[in-house]
Amino acid sequence: MAGGDELKLLGTWASPFALRVKLALGFKGLSYEDVEEDLKNKSDLLLSSNPVHKKVPVLIHNGKPVCESQIIVQYIDEAFAGTGPALLPSDPYERAIARFWAAYVDDKLLASWLQSFRGKTEEEKAEGLKQTLMAVENMEAAFKECSKGKPFFGGDSVGYLDVTLGALVSWMHAGEELYGFRLFDEARSPCLNAWVERFGALDVAKAVLPDAGKLVEYAKMRQAEAAAAAASNN
Amino acid sequence: MAEKGVKVFGMWASPMAIRVEWALRLKGVDYEYIDEDLANKSDALLRYNPVTKKVPVLVHDGKPIAESTVIVEYVDEAWKDGYPIMPADPYERAQARFWARFAEDKCNAALYPVFTTTGDTQSEVVREAQRCLKTLETALEGKKFFGGDAVGYLDLVVGWYAHWLPVVEEASGATVVTDEELPLLKAWFDRFLAIDVVRATLPDRDRLLALNKARREQLLAA
Repeated sequence: MAGGDELKLLGTWASPFALRVKLALGFKGLSYEDVEEDLKNKSDLLLSSNPVHKKVPVLIHNGKPVCESQIIVQYIDEAFAGTGPALLPSDPYERAIARFWAAYVDDKLLASWLQSFRGKTEEEKAEGLKQTLMAVENMEAAFKECSKGKPFFGGDSVGYLDVTLGALVSWMHAGEELYGFRLFDEARSPCLNAWVERFGALDVAKAVLPDAGKLVEYAKMRQAEAAAAAASNN
Repeated sequence: MAEKGVKVFGMWASPMAIRVEWALRLKGVDYEYIDEDLANKSDALLRYNPVTKKVPVLVHDGKPIAESTVIVEYVDEAWKDGYPIMPADPYERAQARFWARFAEDKCNAALYPVFTTTGDTQSEVVREAQRCLKTLETALEGKKFFGGDAVGYLDLVVGWYAHWLPVVEEASGATVVTDEELPLLKAWFDRFLAIDVVRATLPDRDRLLALNKARREQLLAA
């Protein structure tokens, strides 16, 4: 790491978006101060570093804040181009493909998956599930296209898309326990099913992925809080 | 024989497609433009973008790319010796991407209700849209363009506002971008529309107005 680089990450242990940044920093071999925020009592630093959204993650590099997980990961790759492996490929077309699928992960896959269990009506949830299954099919094809027979989206080693999707791995396991739905199951998506295990076994991943059991407890606690709030509002 | 050249699949009234054209024109790249009827998409479009089936799609030597902001970054990298679209500094790049995302996710969502409402509801949503645009406007402070002295990535992503918003305002009977509320943005509209490559590709204003008026009528009647 270059001399005099101060990296501070404002995040929460359960946030998959903060996890993307931890993974990126880990794969690049960069050290940083990991600051755990209490989202019910946000720090002055968080509020002043991300006044627009007031959300985590925020990466503060030598005092300058960068917000939005995918933007932060690209920033890390560019600002520390000489350190560790490159996360984005060097070929412009392959970079575009990686960016396309990374946007797809958040805009389509994650959005529909969340709707499938958070939808307000049964119809909304069913629509969410339908969209999720289509998105999974597309991601499975994307994996084949990007990996070209190699273990990761990035090829022999992890890349931008592995980090983007990999940050959701613990939540995938938690989701399976909570809702009985495995996002990348073997029948539907054999390549991704294998990739989930492979990604989770990496040392960098093991060091930062939250425990799925703890996420399950956390999700149940949040659901109970929401139910109590709804009940008291009636 | 390998397919050569650049094709853009777009739609004449699409703000997303025009970004791609502006980017290519800044680089001086020749391209074939294919105007799609979105109610009757061509086989070629569906073949090049089976995942989202949307415009714009850029096809470069037979290889397709979808998602306008992804395409703009690609154009900058594929023709890296041409006009610089992305800022050179990684931190500035992160800022440009941040604001582009903000405009796409928040400002566009705040603007749409102006188009679909009337009366007091509309007045309320206009104020909300102005609040959003005021936040975006902070990225313009002390500069001629979002990109600095010359247009850059963020100008290309939000540039459509300069031509489309006055049309939407007229079709909706509302005013959002005024000298009082958004002076920097309003001044930037004029500077942006004076850029040669921008002027060369704008959709016909009357046609755009007619389209928006008809669409608003349809939405209000529903």
